[in-house]
Amino acid sequence: MNISEYKGVMVFAEQRDGEIQKVSLELLGEGRRLADELKTDLTAIFLGHDIRNKANELVYYGADKVVVADHEILKTYMTEPYTKTMTKMVNEYKPDIILVGATAFGRDLAPRVSARVATGLTADCTSLEVDKDTSLLLMTRPAFGGNIMATIICPDHRPQMSTVRAGVMLKLERDESRKGEIVDYSISLSSDDKRVEILEIVNEEKTKANIEDANILVSGGRGVGKKENFDILEKLAHEFKGLVSGSRATVDAGWVDRSQQVGQTGTTVRPDLYFACGISGAIQHLAGMEESEFIIAINKNAEAPIFDVADLGIVGDLHKVIPAVIEELKKAKKEA
Amino acid sequence: MNIIVCIKQVPDTNEVRLDPKTGTLIREGVPSIINPDDKSGLEAALVLKDKIGAKVTVLTMGPPQADLALREALAMGADRAILLTDRAFAGSDTLATSSVLASAIREMDYDLIIAGRQAIDGDTAQVGPQIAEHLDIAQISYVEELELVDKALVIKRAFEGGYFKIKAQMPCLITTLTEMNTPRYMSVSGIFDAYREKEVEKWTSENITINKETIGLNGSPTKVKKSFTKGVKAAGKKYEVDHKEAAKIIIENLKEKYII
Repeated sequence: MNISEYKGVMVFAEQRDGEIQKVSLELLGEGRRLADELKTDLTAIFLGHDIRNKANELVYYGADKVVVADHEILKTYMTEPYTKTMTKMVNEYKPDIILVGATAFGRDLAPRVSARVATGLTADCTSLEVDKDTSLLLMTRPAFGGNIMATIICPDHRPQMSTVRAGVMLKLERDESRKGEIVDYSISLSSDDKRVEILEIVNEEKTKANIEDANILVSGGRGVGKKENFDILEKLAHEFKGLVSGSRATVDAGWVDRSQQVGQTGTTVRPDLYFACGISGAIQHLAGMEESEFIIAINKNAEAPIFDVADLGIVGDLHKVIPAVIEELKKAKKEA
Repeated sequence: MNIIVCIKQVPDTNEVRLDPKTGTLIREGVPSIINPDDKSGLEAALVLKDKIGAKVTVLTMGPPQADLALREALAMGADRAILLTDRAFAGSDTLATSSVLASAIREMDYDLIIAGRQAIDGDTAQVGPQIAEHLDIAQISYVEELELVDKALVIKRAFEGGYFKIKAQMPCLITTLTEMNTPRYMSVSGIFDAYREKEVEKWTSENITINKETIGLNGSPTKVKKSFTKGVKAAGKKYEVDHKEAAKIIIENLKEKYII
């Protein structure tokens, strides 16, 4: 393998129902930063059907070039047609770095592509840096349930591939004055390439707000006690125009939905304000929320590890403190 | 029907604690378990065995002590257990691991291969899809439900905010989620069989056909440059006051931060 042939940063721009996924915009922001540092170009690859009119969006968010594969068979994510198309693009464009969002589809596609082109893949990265001496990509990720961080390199194979967690990287401001090249990529696919058949697509939570996008989260843990007690958290969230989320324990207990789970095995969030109510602060939970701007912890146990990451800690009974906070908040709103 | 279930023995990461002073991992006393997603995959295989009499083989790559995980799988009802253990495999990343497992699978008959979606120690979710690629068969990951309908599999495949219903012909590989089922316990007679009647076959790199340059630390494209525990962030202020006072402090802080 001639490593010097591989140049540029490539981002897999994931769409669902024609809608570009937020994590892909975040990756364009991060990819832009890496490309500038390496003095190279940022290419977005965009697979789908009837999506060409959206390719400009990827330029507005940082891409120098968008390679669009528009095909009926690529409308909905399927492993083999996507792998075949992406592998062909990788072999032709020979990128130095490839970033894929660590979604339920990105984590299906990236390993398959990595095995097909026989290169390394680092999963669920939370930080990417360029090594000043070697120009290698330093891919840092949590492991061991978030207990340790590991920095991974891929020294002798190309491309250097990484999936990246949603909600960790920062997207750029949308800028319509940004210029880029749109390339129509032709790919021949037949229904034989599908290998499996999608009988039905069910979207369950389209109407539900996404905790990843919330500016303010009121999160509950085991200390909330029971499902009904989440009502008071809902009230507080409502006053802040925020959303309710929960720790893994509350999801396992059936108190909140899995889509509301914050943590290593759930969603990574970084809201402006994070209330941790009755959450002890298991490492796997902290891994999903410690980047929040301001963290308030309310917990009976003064020794709870959540207080180590909280900006403001209240040792007390959340069932008393939260109603008092709601009352004070209403007062403050009246005064304002 | 031949089912191969790939399992991994992992430390129970829920039981791992950090030393608050040094910030290092406390590894002592952490129990080893069958990775939860894999255990649900095994349960799904055993359900098919109960229904149609499938033959279930469990396969793992690991150190000699992974024997324990395989014995547990046998005691739950698996028919055959294979432990791939060799110094040559040590240090394998996901791609090298998948090459070893795929080479072992090529030595057997199979209709369905099941792997857990991801292991709780590595959380990569890569080995399953990479095995499928090496074997050039279809993969369906994030499986929540599995049904056998007229020799085809009908599968509920989860994604963020929904699911696909997918029909797949065999041979294929699926990766399973813990949400799928509640794995059965080992039975007393199963435990007896697992230690007295059944055996765990030990395979080394001599039992499989594989390019030695693609396995172990040297055959792995990715390398760990360093690992570290996250620096402890300076803790903020902590108040132990009555709830009314606490509420006032919270609101004052939020005003200062211009959040309200």
